[in-house]
Amino acid sequence: MTVTDSPTTTGGVLGQRLLRKEDPALLTGEAKFTADLAIPGALHLALVRSPHAHANITSIDTSAAAAMPGVVAVYTGADLMDAWGAPMPCAWPVTEDMKNPPHYPLATESAKYVGDGVAAVLATNDTAARDAVEAVDVTWEPLEAVVDLEDSLADRVVIHPDLGTNRSYTWDLKVEAEEGAVDRAFADAAFTVSERYVQQRLIPMAMEPRAVAAVPQPFGGDITLYSATQIPHILKVMSALTLGIPEHQVRVVAPAVGGGFGSKLNVYAEELLCMALARKHAVPVRWNETRSENAQATIQGRGQIQHIELAADADGKVVAMRVRLLADMGAYLQLVAPGIPLLGAFLYAGVYDLPQAYDFSCTAVFTTLTPTDAYRGAGRPEATYAIERAMDALAAEIGVDPLELRRRNYIQADAYPYTAFTGLVYDSANHPQGADIAADLADYAGVRQRQTSQNVNGATKRLGIGVSSYFEMCGLAPSRVLASLAYSAGGWEAATVRVLPTSKVQVVTGSTPHGQGHETAWSMIVAHKLGVSPDDVDVLHSDTAISPLGMDTYGSRSLPVGGVAVAMACDKVIDKAAQIAAHQLEADVADLDFAGGAFTVKGSPDRSMPLAAIAFEAFTAHNLPDGLEPNLEAQVSYDPPNFSWPFGTHMCVVEVDVETGDVEVLKYVAVDDCGVQVNPLIVEGQVHGGVIQGLAQALYEEAVYDSEGNLKTSTLAEYMVPAASDVPPVTMGHSVTPSPTNSLGVKGVGEAGTIGAAPAVINAIVDALSGLGVRDVPMPASPFTVWKVINEARAGGSSDATDAAGTEVGDHEGVTARTTVGGGGDESTANEENGSTS
Amino acid sequence: MIPAAFDYVRAGSAEEAVELIGQHGEEAKFLAGGHSLLPLMRLRLAQPSVLVDIGRISDLSYIRDAGDHVAIGALTRHSEIEHSDVLAQHVPLLAHAASQVGDPQVRHRGTIGGSLAHADPASDLPATTLALGATYVAQGPGGTREIAAADFFESFLMSTLAADELLTEIRVPKMDGAGWSFQKFNRRAQDWAIVGVAAWRRNGAAGVGLVNMASTPVLATSVASALAGGASIADAAEQAAAEADPTADLNASVEYRIHLAKVLTRRALEAASA
Repeated sequence: MTVTDSPTTTGGVLGQRLLRKEDPALLTGEAKFTADLAIPGALHLALVRSPHAHANITSIDTSAAAAMPGVVAVYTGADLMDAWGAPMPCAWPVTEDMKNPPHYPLATESAKYVGDGVAAVLATNDTAARDAVEAVDVTWEPLEAVVDLEDSLADRVVIHPDLGTNRSYTWDLKVEAEEGAVDRAFADAAFTVSERYVQQRLIPMAMEPRAVAAVPQPFGGDITLYSATQIPHILKVMSALTLGIPEHQVRVVAPAVGGGFGSKLNVYAEELLCMALARKHAVPVRWNETRSENAQATIQGRGQIQHIELAADADGKVVAMRVRLLADMGAYLQLVAPGIPLLGAFLYAGVYDLPQAYDFSCTAVFTTLTPTDAYRGAGRPEATYAIERAMDALAAEIGVDPLELRRRNYIQADAYPYTAFTGLVYDSANHPQGADIAADLADYAGVRQRQTSQNVNGATKRLGIGVSSYFEMCGLAPSRVLASLAYSAGGWEAATVRVLPTSKVQVVTGSTPHGQGHETAWSMIVAHKLGVSPDDVDVLHSDTAISPLGMDTYGSRSLPVGGVAVAMACDKVIDKAAQIAAHQLEADVADLDFAGGAFTVKGSPDRSMPLAAIAFEAFTAHNLPDGLEPNLEAQVSYDPPNFSWPFGTHMCVVEVDVETGDVEVLKYVAVDDCGVQVNPLIVEGQVHGGVIQGLAQALYEEAVYDSEGNLKTSTLAEYMVPAASDVPPVTMGHSVTPSPTNSLGVKGVGEAGTIGAAPAVINAIVDALSGLGVRDVPMPASPFTVWKVINEARAGGSSDATDAAGTEVGDHEGVTARTTVGGGGDESTANEENGSTS
Repeated sequence: MIPAAFDYVRAGSAEEAVELIGQHGEEAKFLAGGHSLLPLMRLRLAQPSVLVDIGRISDLSYIRDAGDHVAIGALTRHSEIEHSDVLAQHVPLLAHAASQVGDPQVRHRGTIGGSLAHADPASDLPATTLALGATYVAQGPGGTREIAAADFFESFLMSTLAADELLTEIRVPKMDGAGWSFQKFNRRAQDWAIVGVAAWRRNGAAGVGLVNMASTPVLATSVASALAGGASIADAAEQAAAEADPTADLNASVEYRIHLAKVLTRRALEAASA
């Protein structure tokens, strides 16, 4: 049999800019989020949270609160200890001796961060519950806060006394061609740089805060958990284990979910409390998070101190690398927190051809701050930031243009598939081409020329351009690879494709969308494979009763794993349909062609049978081949053979006002390659949202704590999520380098923009200020911070005199804007929050 | 994010509003656009027992040419000030400053009277009306009185309005073709200014108001005096912080605020003189 998919180039379904199926319901307010669900008789949960970062609980008096109108019950942590079958889960014990303190939904003896729950109020309405929270009288014995990572490591104050240390783990990855290779390379290097960067803590700030509703069945013990989660399938298993109840009695539903960025990739106290209390009281229990709670009690991202050292030969070729990370776990280990810095461990060499001379070590410590975990990119933005900043530092050290240095170090296009120093195989890429497209769109050579005239002595506004080339290791991941990293789950994804009697198609996917556009993309994949209209495809998801198998959505995995599973299920459907068609057409399966939604006997175009007719035959089962089961459906669980490796080059052009420290982004260019694009509109939305999120880390966002562990940025007035009016248009280009590891040739794209953006922006600022002696600007590069950096550089002896010649920015041999292929020119403005994977 | 319980009454006139606030005592608050008060209540930083809603007193919403000044009703929304032809012609600095308040949603709900009575030194309109030499009219149980803007702001979020007085009108002198500039320095468009400068200049005269440079909006009289005394703009701008007493926060140190005030004052005066 010959199967012809709809073409991937022109005229086919794939690659069309179809408007998203999801959007009408979202735009008209019809989509129901968890907090929108009408649940008669539900009690409302509110939590008493610690106002101290670190304090012993001396006593809790709940009597006044319990007596308030509308209050049904008030529980302390001790009251509920018998509700738990196990502590809250951490599914990624990265080392055998990793320290993991027991973590229960309510703290019992001491609170470990501001926002740590210590008591739960149940009331007939939300207002009564929150009023009663204020009446719970907790007597505290405040202890010293630990907010600084290096201070934590010194164990001056041990946060979890039973562990005896604040160090959770140290994880090493040393790859040497022969022993001592790294040290020798550094000793022999023509150039070395040693840099220290701080990844500030970020608050994910999904537009929809978390929300939970647990609805018990009146008899039998079944319970349904509605939650604003990215991971209903994982949550089903984990909540059953934590509550000690049979997994088959738990159903988890993720209704419309308003963004996650990793923050909803977790198992949270409030989910478990709602379930436990719903079971205890035999009525539904719900909880809606406030924005301030979201800032304090939902996981935060990043939080690392990075030391990176590069050794380069006389040509600037990087020959060895050392990385030392100190990672902030926060007060407890959340679901996958320990593994997050290690996802970056394989990406510190970025897109460069590093030999086997790599020495990585990460130490994770506890602090008395909100726990951290996956946040858009999860370890990979941090790694990319470090290498891309360090490459600029190396370029400055050598005195070569940063783009030229990258060109000298890129893994060349003909080297793919490329076995990296770590043993991982990068599937496909073409970095020089991406850099060419970006340089053209950003007018790299032109900006370099303008710098020589603009960045002169005494200039108020200085021009800078920054480059960032990245790999996004995504599709997490082959299950065997995850096993080698001690991750407690697999990396497969499940899909079912079912052709209904009327030839409409149902797809059941284990990927769980929360803004990405799965329904549209999956419909397009089915249309591509089966020759039906995307409008005739319905995608079912996010409910473990409907979609019992799945590994959910994070790590840019949905398309390269879940989408590929859908395509494979379509192939199985075609195989089965072919048997029915062969039977009906009295031909051999081998003699059939399938194209455009119909089977035809080779050489006899009049002997044809459309899929619709086959579906009906499969349904009636009146005349099927002997032994063939009725119904036309197929199920696939797909374990990817490799990660997928999207890549790209971003460039940012800025003007820095050296009087005020204000940074204006004049142009942002993102050239991304995620393989075959199913729907370019969705790709652009993901890149765009991602770029803005990365740019926000570079310029705006930081979870600021004082020395006592109080969050100073707990509302959107202080936590600087930029709005549409604050961010630049994003000029997008792309190339298409199909992935050879899956039949669709697709890679992920959810995190690409975020990974590429932050280093491009900061490199541009440092470039603009290099004439003043500035070598580093910490994130976020607020005007105040930039102003301080300029002052320090000036006080440090550098002066305008050093840049009078402008040579280090103007001299850039080998860099010209070239004519390119595949460069798009689409500009879109920053006014949409695209949901994304973490 | 849920306010504590409170009672709510609606006033149909300024007189009734003053009477209601008198009945309910110290714990009562006027509610106009709600864009300063309600966020504080949602965070439970403010817990008034009664809100006297004055939002529907329609005869307090107007912009009138009153000869040597423009009279603005206290309940006039920022967006109405932003788009007023009368103000565009006679007090363009105020119209422009109003266009810089918050975002469109805020400007469609927030009122000039609410902004001034809240007396937030980080708000744009107190410093702007101060620079323009405005006069405010307040109504109390005993009738109305006029308060010069320079005498109105007492301390952080405190004005010389009595608890039972309602701000009813803002009288802003016409600018008579003065050059002007409003320099709002912030990180995001909808934020309060880290530092803001409202300045006008006409012949030898000048007025400079500073946003977020003390516990009250600041009238930078030293700058005006220096200019009147023949100082260059650059030299006069060096006096920008003479009357200021800024505090530090996440966005700025004291030193940075003083530096910004000088830079922005210089830029504002240069623009106003162009």
